[in-house]
Amino acid sequence: MSTPLTPTAPTATATALALGDDALVLSHRLGEWAGHAPVLEEEVALANIALDLLGQARVLLSLAGDEDELAYLREERAFRNLQLVEQPNGDFARTIARQLYFSTYQNLLYGQLASGDGTFAPLAAKAVKEVAYHQDHAEQWTLRLGDGTAESHERMQRGLDALWRFTGEMFQPVGGLDGADGTGGVVWPALRESWTASVSAVIEKATLTVPTGPQEGAWAAGAGRQGLHTESFGRMLAEMQHLHRSHPGASW
Amino acid sequence: MATAAEHQTARSEADQAAADAARTAAHTAAFDAAVAADERIEPRDWMPDAYRASLVRQIAQHAHSEIIGMQPEANWITRAPSLRRKAILMAKVQDEAGHGLYLYSAAETLGASRDELLDKLHSGRQKYSSIFNYPTLTWADVGAIGWLVDGAAITNQVPLCRCSYGPYARAMVRVCKEESFHQRQGYESLLALSRGTEAQHAMAQDAVDRWWWPSLMMFGPPDDESSHSEQSMTWKIKRHSNDELRQRFVDICVPQAESLGLTLPDPDLVWNEERGHHDFGAIDWTEFWAVLKGNGPCNEQRITQRRNAHEEGAWVREAAAAFAAKHGEAKA
Repeated sequence: MSTPLTPTAPTATATALALGDDALVLSHRLGEWAGHAPVLEEEVALANIALDLLGQARVLLSLAGDEDELAYLREERAFRNLQLVEQPNGDFARTIARQLYFSTYQNLLYGQLASGDGTFAPLAAKAVKEVAYHQDHAEQWTLRLGDGTAESHERMQRGLDALWRFTGEMFQPVGGLDGADGTGGVVWPALRESWTASVSAVIEKATLTVPTGPQEGAWAAGAGRQGLHTESFGRMLAEMQHLHRSHPGASW
Repeated sequence: MATAAEHQTARSEADQAAADAARTAAHTAAFDAAVAADERIEPRDWMPDAYRASLVRQIAQHAHSEIIGMQPEANWITRAPSLRRKAILMAKVQDEAGHGLYLYSAAETLGASRDELLDKLHSGRQKYSSIFNYPTLTWADVGAIGWLVDGAAITNQVPLCRCSYGPYARAMVRVCKEESFHQRQGYESLLALSRGTEAQHAMAQDAVDRWWWPSLMMFGPPDDESSHSEQSMTWKIKRHSNDELRQRFVDICVPQAESLGLTLPDPDLVWNEERGHHDFGAIDWTEFWAVLKGNGPCNEQRITQRRNAHEEGAWVREAAAAFAAKHGEAKA
């Protein structure tokens, strides 16, 4: 049974889906690295991050409904994740650039949520410990690749540049996190400022250049949150959902 | 005519050789006594060169098996049919990478380096378990690998926890704990399929049919064709023969298959009251040797993926090394 998702869905559900889909989709992308990582330690690290994210996704999606129905039976247009997290892995530098952008965002966002007493505070309090580790991992690799060899420097810069246009979407307010329920809400402009400062400092320390292009693509910023995705996402879902959809009603 | 000095040199060389021989004999006696007394041999202890070489070979191939073994299962991570199963599978593949790391570390205590061992794997000079040259064609294969392949691995590895070489034995204690967990999860996954829809049950049976014989081959050639066995048993690297362990595994699996509601694909499988064991059919050793020589269904694919991952990751490792050199940190 497909779960319809419309803008009229209760706010907490929509919020859980937005955050849950981010974690679910990025976890899936990282899972694609299994058996392909450049060094054994990274097999462990990337799988570990993927597992943390999958754990977050399961809690969040369960707040919104049945985790498997939501993951496996929604179509592309019903997913609410950021376009950033659905971007293909590319080379290791591009994966690290995606991790740097997203984990910094997630750490700041969950940090703010954890300090409030809203619906998502308990989840954020647990997840923030995980995402702090993810951010550290991404930062360490940004430094190594940026300040490593000429080739790694160039690849890291390319990864940062290519994904920059997907970063603006992170600062479009997610409904339900603005403190309208009387709890401490997320202040989006401040989040953007902290993110920019944090990411810029790492990029500069890594002897790289902070990208200067627009932070939105041709789709308006916020597109992913409204179910407008990039082309590779449909193929990713086809692979992810195929088996589950082939056995309607089965349990695993 | 030799000079007095030359006589002197010859004599001291002879003395030296005699002294070396005496020392080696003393070392060997102490080593043999330690092994006989079930004491652990540790990295700084003297050990026969052949013991060292044999352990490096076995531990390296064990490590290689862990990392090649990630591939058939990782093949299903992106298609796992529920989020719970996906999480379990991801954790398992991550554990396997971790096992690879423990084992390379154990091999390094013997003076080998991980890079050199990986190079031997990539160039085909060292092997990995033949089981991973079989393809995972359906989701049920993931469960069958957990139940049968991990089950066989545990049967092999539990005695290794008492292996004479300390670092290997200790690695095995950690590996076995995690493997037992995976094995139970695999069994539970197959059980869900077996009790599920008709299509799921058929999927589970098909997977068991394809993985049963390759799992029995994991114990290696029959005792009379096993080249390393005798020496390994004397050194207490191995504790049981291939055939003994294989028999133990069959005896464990038969009742488990029954409670799973699945059959094992062997018409000759029957309880032998007299032996107190199950008799089972003949293994196709032609297939075993073919797979071992590189002609199994996935040998080429597995090694190519491993080599590609290594080669495509070279620039990352170089970057980490360059960064470490610049900033004086330990190599990543």
